[in-house]
Amino acid sequence: MGPISRRLFALESRSGWTAIAILLVTGLFIVPALNLMVPEGSFFHISTFWVATLGKYLCFAILALALDLIWGYAGILSLGHGAFFGLGGYVMGMYMMLQIGDRSVYGNPDLPDFMVFLNWDSLPWYWWGFDQFWFASLMVVVVPGILAFVFGWLAFRSRITGVYFSIISQAMVFAIMLAFFRNETGFGGNNGLTDFKDILGFNLSQGSTKVGLYVVTVIVLLLVYMVCRAVVSSKLGRLLIAVRDAESRVRFLGYSVTNAKLFVFTLSAVLAGIAGALYVPQVGIINPGEFTPAKSIEMAIWVAVGGRGTLFGAIVGAFTVNGARTYLTGVAPEIWLFFLGGLFILVTLVMPQGLVGVYRSIRSGDLKDAIRRRIQRVDV
Amino acid sequence: MAVTIFADVQHNRVVLFSILFAMLALLAFSNPVFAQQDDIAVNAALSDLNARSFKGKTAAVEALGLLGDARAVPTLEALSEGRLYVRKTDKSVVIAERAGKAYLLIDPVTGAAMGEATSREIKKIIANNKLRGLIRGVLGQLALSSSDPELRRAAVENVISSPTNGSLALLKTARDREIEDDIRARLETGIATLELGSDDPGLRRAAVDRLADGNDPVIKSLLERRLLKNTDGSFVEPDAGIRAEVQEAVNNVNDRLALFGLAEDLIFGISLGSVLLLAAIGLAVTFGVMGVINMAHGEMIMLGAYTTFFVQEIFRATMPAEAFGFYLLASIPAAFFVAAAFGILIERGCIRFLYGRPLETLLATWGISLILQQMVRSLFGANNREVANPDWISGAISIGGGVSVTVSRVYIVVFCLVVVAALAAFIRYSRFGLQMRAVTQNRGMASAMGIRTGQVDSLTFALGSGIAGVAGVALSQISNVSPNLGQNFIVDSFLVVVFGGVGSLWGTIVGAFGLGIVNKFLEPVAGAILGKVVVLVIIILFIQKRPRGLFALKGRAAEG
Repeated sequence: MGPISRRLFALESRSGWTAIAILLVTGLFIVPALNLMVPEGSFFHISTFWVATLGKYLCFAILALALDLIWGYAGILSLGHGAFFGLGGYVMGMYMMLQIGDRSVYGNPDLPDFMVFLNWDSLPWYWWGFDQFWFASLMVVVVPGILAFVFGWLAFRSRITGVYFSIISQAMVFAIMLAFFRNETGFGGNNGLTDFKDILGFNLSQGSTKVGLYVVTVIVLLLVYMVCRAVVSSKLGRLLIAVRDAESRVRFLGYSVTNAKLFVFTLSAVLAGIAGALYVPQVGIINPGEFTPAKSIEMAIWVAVGGRGTLFGAIVGAFTVNGARTYLTGVAPEIWLFFLGGLFILVTLVMPQGLVGVYRSIRSGDLKDAIRRRIQRVDV
Repeated sequence: MAVTIFADVQHNRVVLFSILFAMLALLAFSNPVFAQQDDIAVNAALSDLNARSFKGKTAAVEALGLLGDARAVPTLEALSEGRLYVRKTDKSVVIAERAGKAYLLIDPVTGAAMGEATSREIKKIIANNKLRGLIRGVLGQLALSSSDPELRRAAVENVISSPTNGSLALLKTARDREIEDDIRARLETGIATLELGSDDPGLRRAAVDRLADGNDPVIKSLLERRLLKNTDGSFVEPDAGIRAEVQEAVNNVNDRLALFGLAEDLIFGISLGSVLLLAAIGLAVTFGVMGVINMAHGEMIMLGAYTTFFVQEIFRATMPAEAFGFYLLASIPAAFFVAAAFGILIERGCIRFLYGRPLETLLATWGISLILQQMVRSLFGANNREVANPDWISGAISIGGGVSVTVSRVYIVVFCLVVVAALAAFIRYSRFGLQMRAVTQNRGMASAMGIRTGQVDSLTFALGSGIAGVAGVALSQISNVSPNLGQNFIVDSFLVVVFGGVGSLWGTIVGAFGLGIVNKFLEPVAGAILGKVVVLVIIILFIQKRPRGLFALKGRAAEG
C-alpha cells in the first residue's frame, strides 16, 4: 500500500469501515435496485417518492456533517448555516431556471418567468454564466465560500465567540432572508425558483433521474464524510479541538486561532452549499423559506441528537429527526412541534452526547453501571 | 403649529362620508341650528327637488347646499338612495320607508311621521349618478354648519381638497360664524386657496401671502398649479410679479416640509425604538444580568399579548361597556404574572441545569419556544386574535406638514420609558435588586453572605420574563396577536442587547432608540426591507469595532 492509501485507510477503525461498507452497499445498490428492478406492488418495492425522500435526507446529512465539523470540533455554533445551504441551492436553481428556456409559461427563451412578470428586459449581470453547468457548479462552492470567508474573517478577527457568534450568524441569515424576499433582488422573491424541467439534459420528472440524483448524493455524502474525517484526524483537527476546549490557551501557545477557525468555517460553508445544490433538484423548489432562522437552528438539533463531535452522529441525527418529521407531520401535524421542542430540551438536559453517546455507553457497559448505581442508591 | 385631533379615517373619503351621513342625520333631528327665517327657503328648495328635469333638480340641490342648513341632510341622503318621494295629493316631498305593502311617510325636515301611503299615492323622485355626485359634495359642505367641531374640521378639509363653484361663499359664511380658532384659521386658508383663482390680482397676491407660511402638502400642490402653463401656452397665473411670489411661497413651504419630513423620520424612529426597547428590556435582564440566552423570550412577549386578549374577553363578557376600556390596565399585572410564572417554571425545570453552558441553554430554550408556540396554537388557534384599542388610545395626533402619529404609538413610547425607569429603580433601590447585583458580581461571596443564590436566579429570570409579558400588552396594541408574535422580535431584541452592550441597561436604551432611528432614516433612501438589511450589516460591522457593544462593562466582568 502506498502512503496515501495507508493514510486513507487509517482514517477509520475496522468496525468503522465495515459500517461504511454496509451503508454504502445499501445506499448505492440495494435501494436503487429495489426501486428499479422490483416491480411496483411488491412488498420489497421502494417507491420513487421514497427514493427522493431518502435523497433529501442525504442532503440534510451532508449539511449536518458540515455543522458538526465546526460545532462538534471547533466549538463554533453557527445558527446561520441555512444561508450557505440556501445559497448553494439558489445557485443550482439559477442554472436549472435558465435551462427551462421557452418551455416556461410566458415562453420567453432568455428570461425566467418571474423576470418577464416584473417587466425586466434582460438578465441582470449576476445571472450571467449560470446557463453553463460547470460555471454553476463552481459557484455552488464559490458563493457560500466567499460569504463564509468574509463573514468569518470579520467575526473571528474581532474574537466574537460562543453565543455572540451564534446570534450574529442568525442575524446574517435573517438579513439574507429579508433580501431574498424582495422581488427586486432578482431571485423570484417570495416564490423563489421552481418549475424546473431538466438538469444536464435529464428530465427531472422521470424516476430514473431521481434515482440518479439519489446515487450522486450518496457518493457525495461519502466523499464529504471522508473529507471531514480527514480534517478532524489531521493536526489541524487536533488544533480545532484545542480551540474548542480552551481558545485563549491555544492563542497563548502561538497558534493562529483565527486562521484555523476561518478555514474550517469556510470549508463547512462550502459543504453546506454543496448539500443545498444537491437538495434543490430533488425537491424541485428553492425559496427564501430556507433562510428562516428557525430552519438554521433546527439543523443544530440534528447534530445534537446524533451526537456532537462524532461526524457519524450527525448523519444518524439528520436521518432520525427528519424521519420523525416525515412520520409525525403525516400522522399528527400538531404534535410535531411539541416533539421537536421536547427533543431540544431532552437532548441538552439528558443526553448531551446524543444517540452515539448512548450507544457508546451501552457498548462499554457504562450505562448498565450507571443504572445499577442509581438503583442501589434508591435501595439505600 | 396647529394641533388637531381627528380620526384615522381622514384619508379615506368613502369611510368619512358614510360616517358623515350617519352623524349628520342624527344631528339634524336633535339640534336644529338655524333660525326660522330659513325655513321658507328650505321648503321652497325642497319642493324644487321635484322638478321635472335633472337640471331643475340640480339647481335645487345646489340651492340647498348654499343655504347651509343641516336639516337638508336627510332629504339629500334619501334622494341619493332613492327613498325620496312626492305625495301625489298635495305635491309635498316626503321620505318613504317601505313597510310591508305600504310605505311609512316621514317629513324630510322635521322627521315627524306623516302616516302611511300605498305605492300608488306616491311617486319616486329619481336621481342619476351625476346628481348623486353633486349630493355627495353638498353633504360635505353642509357639514360646515354642523354643531360638532370635529365634523366641521373634516368638512373644511373636504371643501379645500375638492372645491366646487359655491365653495368660496360657503367658506366665507362658515368663517364668519366659526367660534373655534383653529377651524377659522383653516377656513381662512381654504378661502385663500380659492381666491388664488380670483380675477382680482390684489386678492390673488393677498392669498399667496397668506398661504406662504403654511406647511400643508395639499396647499403646496395648489400653489404649484399656479406656476404651470395652460394648454395654449399662457401661464395659469398671468401676473409675473405674483408668479415670483408664488415660486417663493412654494420654496418656503418646501423647506418647511423637508423639516417636517425630518421630524417625521425622527418621531417614527423613536416609536420603532420604543417597540424594540420594550421587546429587549426583559432580555437585558435575563441575558444582560444573568447571561442566560433565552430564545423563548419572544414567546414570553407572545404570552403577554395572549393574556391581554384573555383579559379583554373576560371584560367583554362580565363588565359593563364603560369599563371595557380599562381592560388594558388590568392586563398589565396579569401579563406580568403569567409570563413570570412561566419564567420560574422554565428556570427551575430546565435552565438551572444548564448554567455555564450557554450554547446548550440556547438550544433548550429554543425547544421551549417551539413548545409554547404550539401550545398557544392548540389552545387559541393559529389565526390572529383581535385585541381592540380602547377609546382612550385610539385616534391620531396631527403635527402639521402632513405628519400624524397614532395615539397608541405615543402611549407606547411613554409606557416603555416608565417600564425602564421602574426597572432601573427596582434594581438600584430594592432589597431584591441589591441581591440580584450581588449574585451577578460574585456568586460565591453572595452565597457566603446568606443570599439564596438559586432563589435569586429564578426570581431574576421571572422578572425578565414578566417584563417581556408586559411588553406583550403594549405590542398587542400595534401588532397582530398570533402564535408567531414572539418570533418577529427575537432577532431584533438580541441585536439591541448585543449592540448596546450586554449587562448595561443604559446601553439597551441607547441601542434600541439608535437602531430605531437609523432604521427609519434609512427607509426612505433604501426601502423598508433593504433598510433593515443595511442596519443588520451595520451592526455586524459595528461589532467589529466594539465587540462588547456601545456600553461595555469595564473590568473583570467583561472578560467572561
